[in-house]
Amino acid sequence: MSQKLIEVKNLKKYFNTQKGLLHAVDNVNFYIHKGETLGLVGESGCGKSTTGRVLLRLIEATSGEVFFEGKDILKLNSSEIRELRKEMQIVFQDPFASLNPRLSVSEIIAEPLIVNKIYKNKADMNKKVQSLMNTVGLAQRLINTYPHELDGGRRQRIGIARALALNPKFIVQDEPVSALDVSIQAQILNLMADLQQEFDLTYLFISHDLSVVKHVSSRIAVMYLGQIIELSDYKSIFTDPLHPYTQALLSAIPIPSLDIKREKIILQGDVPSPINPPDGCRFYGRCMHRKDTCLTKTPELKELHPERFVACHFVHNLGLVK
Amino acid sequence: MSEEKKLLEIKNLNIHYITHEGTVKAVNDMSLELKKGETLGLVGETGAGKTTTALGVMQLIQTPPGKILSGEIIYDGEDLLKKSQTELRKIRGNKISMIFQDPMTSLNPVLTVGEQIAEVIKLHQNVDNSQATEKSEKMLETVGIPKSRSKDYPHQFSGGMKQRVVIAIALACNPKLLIADEPTTALDVTIQAQVMNLMNKLKDEFNTSMIMITHDLGIVAEVCDKVAIMYAGHVVEYTNTKNLFTNPKHPYTIGLFNSIPNIKDDEARLKPIKGLMPDPTNLPLGCPFHPRCPKAMSICSQQEPCRTEIYKDHFVNCFLYENVDNKS
Repeated sequence: MSQKLIEVKNLKKYFNTQKGLLHAVDNVNFYIHKGETLGLVGESGCGKSTTGRVLLRLIEATSGEVFFEGKDILKLNSSEIRELRKEMQIVFQDPFASLNPRLSVSEIIAEPLIVNKIYKNKADMNKKVQSLMNTVGLAQRLINTYPHELDGGRRQRIGIARALALNPKFIVQDEPVSALDVSIQAQILNLMADLQQEFDLTYLFISHDLSVVKHVSSRIAVMYLGQIIELSDYKSIFTDPLHPYTQALLSAIPIPSLDIKREKIILQGDVPSPINPPDGCRFYGRCMHRKDTCLTKTPELKELHPERFVACHFVHNLGLVK
Repeated sequence: MSEEKKLLEIKNLNIHYITHEGTVKAVNDMSLELKKGETLGLVGETGAGKTTTALGVMQLIQTPPGKILSGEIIYDGEDLLKKSQTELRKIRGNKISMIFQDPMTSLNPVLTVGEQIAEVIKLHQNVDNSQATEKSEKMLETVGIPKSRSKDYPHQFSGGMKQRVVIAIALACNPKLLIADEPTTALDVTIQAQVMNLMNKLKDEFNTSMIMITHDLGIVAEVCDKVAIMYAGHVVEYTNTKNLFTNPKHPYTIGLFNSIPNIKDDEARLKPIKGLMPDPTNLPLGCPFHPRCPKAMSICSQQEPCRTEIYKDHFVNCFLYENVDNKS
């Protein structure tokens, strides 16, 4: 577990908009061990998906470094990155929009194999497509159907088969189950856990649903407005959240049980705009524990204990850390 | 359940959509009731018939293809299905109002939010323009938006704020029944907590009854007094919230609970319900859930189960709890 497959250092992605510079990802640092799942949670617009895409260079970073097995992939040229993409794949959020409606199931799954010229003859390739369909639990009779004939769960299985086609080491899962009903969601989550075991995969699992993230992740990073504000193993985040935002986020989840009575922390206001954000802590405007320092000085993500990171000036003063 | 103070009673309601591909039996033989001040949760997955039920009560089902075939919807002692369009227009937005799922599309983009709230007030109350404007500003403040923003357009608000505006419109005439169709599904969790908090507060303040449509059992635990679990157009379990969470009976309800990742405990694997939702134009014979049911018996594919009251106020549609002979 100790080997780092992905390491991200000072990653920034700014978008130029008419109103100014949008800080989508702002100085993000984290690493992912080989074979683990790092969950990335946060509310809409906090930069989760942008982070995932920058890692694969589907979007070019503004600055920073992304190491994959020790190599800085942001420095690779386009043919080198093409080669590397075989190792790094993505499953998209919306199984309705991420599949080409004019290609059949087998054509969609075969596309990465064709693009990368993996097989010399068609028979071998068809065999591979069939075995991929088996792996993700798609019946062979569906091989010539089109996406519109299938339900969301099956479509997401196609997306997963496509991502697995080139035997990657790393897969970015960008909200893979949020468009699915709970009973189907559970099937897909189990499938992804099985595949991870079988192929020794490493996942970056992006989601806004904390209970799903907790279920799949070994460690969890919480993002707020382009920055990671807390990162730790999945248990500590839930039993002992340190950042005031993480605490509010956890208390806001409706829990399907009557036994648990909790004090809810209701945050005031909305997430502020990521365009030209001011200095200081991004959470300042909604934080209950804010002090003057928070307005001027940006808190850095610091390691409090081994593998426990938090970005808050007053984490010690809040009486939360023993 | 006692006879007094029943606000809404749905009896044997059947709603079908007749399409080229076949007939979708969206709501089948539904019976529910709601007392004053009570909140009823309607829970189910996509296509279970939750929204159709709500639209049926409001009589907003598009006809064709939709059609209310039979049944009664008794609101405050009168059958809504026997009312004329003119009478219904006086009820909608006034006595019964609805909050739609998507606040991004349920507001009119070319009217200011103040005008949209005032519109419903002018329709139903005998007031002049300035009084309506004044009242609409007051409603905005009730839902936590400063009245200075009443001249802003919907696109100038965030998702959570827009949903507050929708809530203000729905509550402007102080309705007795509020139907909320997944009111927080499009919102982030911290904003969802704000909106739910607000709805609970206003519901108590105005003593409104509510039908809460949701797929999230967490929300049910927080706001509902009783719950109807729907599957493929049928209510399969109907009871109070306490019974549902402590003692779920229908195999589908149990399957739903097992499918949700639990935030409290650590479980290695989820136990999903096998298979997929049936094609709504071609529901299986017998119990609609039997092809996915872990406890299916031979009778389940032949006959539809009836509603059985297994304890007081705990109704289940399942042969496991009926006194049948062939329990093979």
